[in-house]
Amino acid sequence: MANNSQEKLTRSIADRRLNEFFSTIAGLTIFSFEFLKNVFLPPYEFGEIRKHMDELGVKTLPIVSVTGFIIGLVLAMQSQPVMARFGAEAFLPSMVALSVVRELGPVITALIFAGRVSSGIGAELGSMRVTEQIDAMEVSAINPFKFLVVTRVLACTIILPVLTLYVIFLAILGGYLAIFLSKGINFELYTNSVVNSLQFSDIVPGIAKTFFFGYIVGIVGAYKGYYTENGTVGVGRASTSSVVIASLIILVADMVLGKLTVALWS
Amino acid sequence: MAAVEIKNLSKAFGSLKVLDDISLKINEGENVVVFGRSGTGKSVLLKCMVRLLEPDSGEIFIEGQDVLKLPVNKLNGIRKYIGFLFQSSALYDSMSVRENLEFPLMRNFSFTPAERERKVKSVLEKVSLEDSIDKMPAELSGGMKKRIGLARTIITEPKLILYDEPTTGLDPITTKEISQLIVELQKDLNTTSIIVTHDLICARIIASHAVVLNDGKIRFEGNLESLTTQDDPFLKDFFTNEIIEAKNGRI
Ligand SMILES: Nc1ncnc2c1ncn2[C@@H]1O[C@H](COP(=O)(O)OP(=O)(O)OP(=O)(O)O)[C@@H](O)[C@H]1O
Ligand SMILES: [Mg+2]
Repeated sequence: MANNSQEKLTRSIADRRLNEFFSTIAGLTIFSFEFLKNVFLPPYEFGEIRKHMDELGVKTLPIVSVTGFIIGLVLAMQSQPVMARFGAEAFLPSMVALSVVRELGPVITALIFAGRVSSGIGAELGSMRVTEQIDAMEVSAINPFKFLVVTRVLACTIILPVLTLYVIFLAILGGYLAIFLSKGINFELYTNSVVNSLQFSDIVPGIAKTFFFGYIVGIVGAYKGYYTENGTVGVGRASTSSVVIASLIILVADMVLGKLTVALWS
Repeated sequence: MAAVEIKNLSKAFGSLKVLDDISLKINEGENVVVFGRSGTGKSVLLKCMVRLLEPDSGEIFIEGQDVLKLPVNKLNGIRKYIGFLFQSSALYDSMSVRENLEFPLMRNFSFTPAERERKVKSVLEKVSLEDSIDKMPAELSGGMKKRIGLARTIITEPKLILYDEPTTGLDPITTKEISQLIVELQKDLNTTSIIVTHDLICARIIASHAVVLNDGKIRFEGNLESLTTQDDPFLKDFFTNEIIEAKNGRI
């Protein structure tokens, strides 16, 4: 009896979550169309976009730097004994480079970026919504969507690929440090095997998808914030749920895009 | 021509009928005060007029155009000439006072930086907050925010201004100054104003015409002075307290 009602409750929560998720996806699609409609409309607000890019850079650079270096370091450290067991130690630099460029760099940077930035945008726009600042723009005949949403989403889309390149660079350095410490490998040798192992077809898809990830982070945070309801409680909810949703979409998109690039490139 | 004409306006939130078939006409250059108990829909009425909220039915004519039927670009053409003072002030908290005031000027009008600066200084002087020009909204008191909100509302010299409780939370002296400012604007620029207020002192200074909302309907519309001598028990009850407060304020 009690078990039954418990089960019902669980199911209804699950139902609601699922409903919420799909209605968010539907809402995001409409929001994206709105974005496309507004992005080409003047005025372009370049100043605002630059301001947001600066802010995003400052906000994420420290954490992203540490992470980048450590990814490379740990990856090389952990893989070395395994590779040695198969007698493939010579391929260690290439392995580090390929994993970092194709997968780890883009995805981990995007996830960290989502955690830092999606929640920030959600909270910022959410509190502007509940304190009627967005309404105030609207009645002053200023398009708040353009001024607040488009500028932030563009800034995210532009800055994430840059951050990813930087993370990849640091990760490769971190990999070098690990190998150097255990094997004393020469830097030139390391960079040579890194450069030789990387092909155009590794770098382009790896970086290309980060534009999309950046867009996702921006648009999800903006969507959740822009339609915040229920006062300050809603602001908190917008902020956390945008991180969850952005991260989920990034992971799923990574899988789909990975499959797609394999299909296209081979 | 009436500056604003509202016909059969209704708005409900779920099962809660907030505005129920309201009709109202306001002439150009006229100041009208709107009274009503907390939660009767005064703010909702103002928001419907600029389409921050979509009413369920009815028509609202501003400058002869039905704002509820206009496409966004035309609507914005009208909004440029409407000032709206939010009950919550709604200052942009990421911007300084100066930027808050310049914001509406920079995007819809083509003023030179020098002209903008002059306008900013002049409205700040009107609300006696010249010293706060470089402060952030978080550094202002509630009443100061209200006055900066007012400054931001009037800086574009709108033809129609909707004030949502412009003097709530201000001391009696500032209340009088703000009320006189609203009257001056009406005289100098021939603005039409709709002022939501609970404050009889402020109302007496500003307007001669009053509207009282209750339960989604217009309970009274007419001369402000005759309002306090009505026989309607609701109005009597509503205004006895106000009159006592007003008298205390004057002493
Ligand atoms: N966005 C909204 N969603 C649901 N209900 C709302 C919304 N906005 C206002 N209401 C309801 O409409 C009614 C009128 O609200 P409104 O803000 O217009 O009151 P008011 O007359 O301005 O009161 P006050 O003098 O306290 O400012 C209230 O009962 C409120 O609960
Ligand atoms: Mg109100």
